Amino acid sequence: MITVSGISKSFKVARRSSGFGSAFKSLFRREYTEVAALSDVTFSIGPGEIVGYIGPNGAGKSTTIKVMSGILVPDGGTCSIMGYTPWLDRVQYVRNIGVVFGQRSQLWWDVPVIDSFELLRDIYDVTEKEYRSNLELLTDTLDLGDLLRTPVRQLSLGQRMRCEIAASLLHGPGILFLDEPTIGLDAVSKIAVRKFISAINKEKGVTVILTTHDMSDIEALAQRILLIGKGKLLYDGDLAAMRAKYGAAEGGETGGGSAIEEALVNMYKEYEIS
Amino acid sequence: MRACYSVFRLKLATGFQYRSAALAGIATQFFWGFIIIMVYQAFYSQPLADPPISLTQIVTYIWLQQAFLAFIALWFRDNELFQLITTGNIAYELCRPSGLYGLWYAKLLAQRLSSAVLRCFPILAVALLLPSPYRLTLPPDPATALLFLLVLILGLFILVAVSMLIYISTFITMSAAGSLLMFGVAGEFLAGMIVPVPLMPSWLQTIVYALPFRLAADFPFRVYSGHIPTDEALATIPIQLLWLAALVWIGRFAMGKALRRVVIQGG
Repeated sequence: MITVSGISKSFKVARRSSGFGSAFKSLFRREYTEVAALSDVTFSIGPGEIVGYIGPNGAGKSTTIKVMSGILVPDGGTCSIMGYTPWLDRVQYVRNIGVVFGQRSQLWWDVPVIDSFELLRDIYDVTEKEYRSNLELLTDTLDLGDLLRTPVRQLSLGQRMRCEIAASLLHGPGILFLDEPTIGLDAVSKIAVRKFISAINKEKGVTVILTTHDMSDIEALAQRILLIGKGKLLYDGDLAAMRAKYGAAEGGETGGGSAIEEALVNMYKEYEIS
Repeated sequence: MRACYSVFRLKLATGFQYRSAALAGIATQFFWGFIIIMVYQAFYSQPLADPPISLTQIVTYIWLQQAFLAFIALWFRDNELFQLITTGNIAYELCRPSGLYGLWYAKLLAQRLSSAVLRCFPILAVALLLPSPYRLTLPPDPATALLFLLVLILGLFILVAVSMLIYISTFITMSAAGSLLMFGVAGEFLAGMIVPVPLMPSWLQTIVYALPFRLAADFPFRVYSGHIPTDEALATIPIQLLWLAALVWIGRFAMGKALRRVVIQGG
């Protein structure tokens, strides 16, 4: 369903030291460094899977999501998702996917949530019948109810995030990319979001790719994890196997974190990416 | 198309919420209109050999400028769009199954339309009742009024297409200030917003006539007062359409280029 092979992407970053002198110097000659955000990333994901995509900050998780959702054009490599190359067939392709960026908003700030939903219905050209049934399902499972008629600026972060997730699923996509959907949420909202993700995966067979720093998200949802560090894919496999291998290695010595987080820290150490 | 219409409708409805902004705008525009008219009054009180445009027509020109400011001012902008680009929120817009150009065009059009609708009627109504020489005169005949509306709307389409270029340039410069200032100052001068085009020296008029900016402001306003006769106005409509097509084409092309190499800012 999703095949990514040999994807690379680098960004040009202007760097200079602090101070007026170097600021002045950079007027004439600017030093750029190429930062490889992704180098030669290859994996494939089957239909109906929930995959946790993890790695430290700046590892390239969001960049991968952006490439897979057709927003960024990679420097090299191929990617085929449901038969489309995301950045080439962007317009036809994006009808089949839903994307949630936990740190951004897609809802219109000044108007009630339902107005944004209806706009998305028209943008995705969803039939009224399908829209109604999707909206009903989302309202029930995410407990949106009264939120729909509230202006977005008056929602709490947890309420807004539930609406954001609903907004990404109104057109009934087969694949859902979630980029840190639980960032900044309290325990109740976090659990609501997790329950919802596993429900749509089971009931509608939606393939989910999830990035997060919260290992309990991964533990609750994913059977399989992909670990990325410094732009390279380091581990691709079963969550249980990873825990068995790294969790036990230095057992006993806990720094107050949960077992799974310990395992992750050990894994980062082993791959020298922390 | 349905998507563009939907964006247009939602933005229009949102725009009508901003009542106090409209009231403040109306007050400013009256103040500004009076000052400018007084300047021209003083200017016309000195014997002029043969003024290229009468004081009544100038007064009309100025009131229309004030009433339809949202249709013609290039500095009138949507900060939301600039923020989308510079903060990286554009990521969401890019995963929609429709061209960005159409959606943004519809949004900007609705914004200008809602703003102008809120402001133009009170300004026009009061300006029509003022004592002369401040009074706004009616167009010479109903046909001219209809023609004015047609060229005004076409002019609005041209202006939105021009303003799209400001937003597109932000993809490259990452700051809206420069393009806004450049487009704002040059575009408004060339549209006759600062000095009415008929009062410009003839060499400057040649330049102004070769550019699209006047088609959104100067041209409709002079059609209204009859300073531009009907046959000349009808002959200019194809030029408006041509400019509109050219500007939209340039905008789409530039946007396509910019999006190919877009960098989503932030994590």
